[in-house]
Amino acid sequence: MTTIPAKLIEDTARELMARAAIDIPPDYREGVRLARDREKNRLARFVLDEMLENWNIATAERRPMCGDTGLPRYYVKLGNEALIEGGLVALEKALRRATADATASIPLRPNRVHPLTREDQNNNVGYHAPEVTYSIEPGGDWVDVTTVHKGGLFGTDWRMLFPGDGVPGIKRFFVDTLIESGKRGLACQPAIVGVGIGGSKDTCMRLGKEAACLRAVGTRSPDPAAAALEEELTALGNHIGIGAMGFAGTSMVVATHVELAHTHTGGMPIAIHQFCLSSRRSTARVFPSGTVEFRTDPQWFTDYYRRQGIE
Amino acid sequence: MKEIRRLDDVQMDEVHLSTPVSAEAIGSLKLGDVVYLSGVLYTAREGVYRQVVDKGLPLPAGLRELTNVNFHCSPAASVRPDGSYSVEAVTATASFRFGKSMAAWFERSGAKVIVGKAGLTELAYREWFVPHGAVYLTTVGYGLGAMYGRSIKRVLDVHWLKELGIAQACWVLEVEKLGPFLVEGDAAGRSLFALANREINVRIEEVYKTLPPPALSRFGEVLSRKDEVV
Repeated sequence: MTTIPAKLIEDTARELMARAAIDIPPDYREGVRLARDREKNRLARFVLDEMLENWNIATAERRPMCGDTGLPRYYVKLGNEALIEGGLVALEKALRRATADATASIPLRPNRVHPLTREDQNNNVGYHAPEVTYSIEPGGDWVDVTTVHKGGLFGTDWRMLFPGDGVPGIKRFFVDTLIESGKRGLACQPAIVGVGIGGSKDTCMRLGKEAACLRAVGTRSPDPAAAALEEELTALGNHIGIGAMGFAGTSMVVATHVELAHTHTGGMPIAIHQFCLSSRRSTARVFPSGTVEFRTDPQWFTDYYRRQGIE
Repeated sequence: MKEIRRLDDVQMDEVHLSTPVSAEAIGSLKLGDVVYLSGVLYTAREGVYRQVVDKGLPLPAGLRELTNVNFHCSPAASVRPDGSYSVEAVTATASFRFGKSMAAWFERSGAKVIVGKAGLTELAYREWFVPHGAVYLTTVGYGLGAMYGRSIKRVLDVHWLKELGIAQACWVLEVEKLGPFLVEGDAAGRSLFALANREINVRIEEVYKTLPPPALSRFGEVLSRKDEVV
């Protein structure tokens, strides 16, 4: 069996950092273009036109599309047969080195500081930074590395609902959250909204973030109940009357992605995550042959990842 | 000049300002004007506000005379091995977090133009900005990082880099046609977002008619989102 060189993963991760910071994913750009065409409000349209132009400049001049390059993090999907030279410790070292190098070379804004002393090492590396989340896929000898630069301040909220609150309760919390961060545009909308429902508290937070950051705009959940909710919530979000940047309008939500986890019979935890106007993600599949395939859809939510059965 | 009472009255005239921005130019800005800045400005966010407002340190020598524009921002920047700086993209940070420091900041910095994200409130403009002849410009779209970044011609200086780190330091930047920004708080203390929120609030009432009350109604939970300002 051939191993995947850790150095190749490091070089790939550095390139992913740059692509995520600079190149807006095409599915999201198209979603924003459609939102712009629907938007009647003059100020919100102005904002969306400028954003579309900003992405052109970022791509042409290879500059980060946003001055706040978020909190860089990784999602790693390991094929069940994948072997990495030096093992998973080498993989993690590679990802940390790539983060620090990319921070200096792109440059990214060094956002990561010690939370108490506020000391900045100027490299986006530190305690649990960058975060690395893993998943497994059967039948593969490759490793998928996805970089996400999501902000870390506004636009996320969590609530323990109860079964009796039902879908109307979910809608209420969804609207509350979007308004809370939507006025004056603190969510940097339009946004991809990820909704995690069920599991335990931490599971719904994780799933909601992954739903916002790792699904391409235009995809639908294979679960019929979740898919129906995605459509309803998107329509509801754009009906609130808040548009891009918090001006009046209809361009609050580009897409809503709902991910589910079986949960406690007495509760319905829910988490809402808004992935900003600069929705930054990039993925590559690294093969033991040394081939690297870059793509924009992380393909994180596979059938296996959403499995329900025992076998 | 038509009085601005609703968003539809906003003309979005293009305005070019050079620094230091004169009192006359500040007085003639209208809500929703699309502004481009040329000259020199400096970044100052929490770190710099702590130095100047909380610790009482003076603004770096000469800065007050050089410009009266404070950008609530920190760049995506790095220090190259040869000691020069790379600043490729800039975007503002949310300005409401500086609300309580603004009055003292104006006293100590002499700033007249604040550029940031999202603005404050009409109350804040009346109490802290108007007495100092200051206005507020908001960045657009919250993420025109590349567009703003290419207008930066030179890094003139960086203060408190070692103490505060790249993301919080005070960057003194020479810019050319940096923009677009929108006039959010004018010299009379009016706010563009306040206009927008009045229109949005009417819609919000309609949306909430179709929804149940908040799930928990916990003690202290805000029932009306109409007053949300952050």
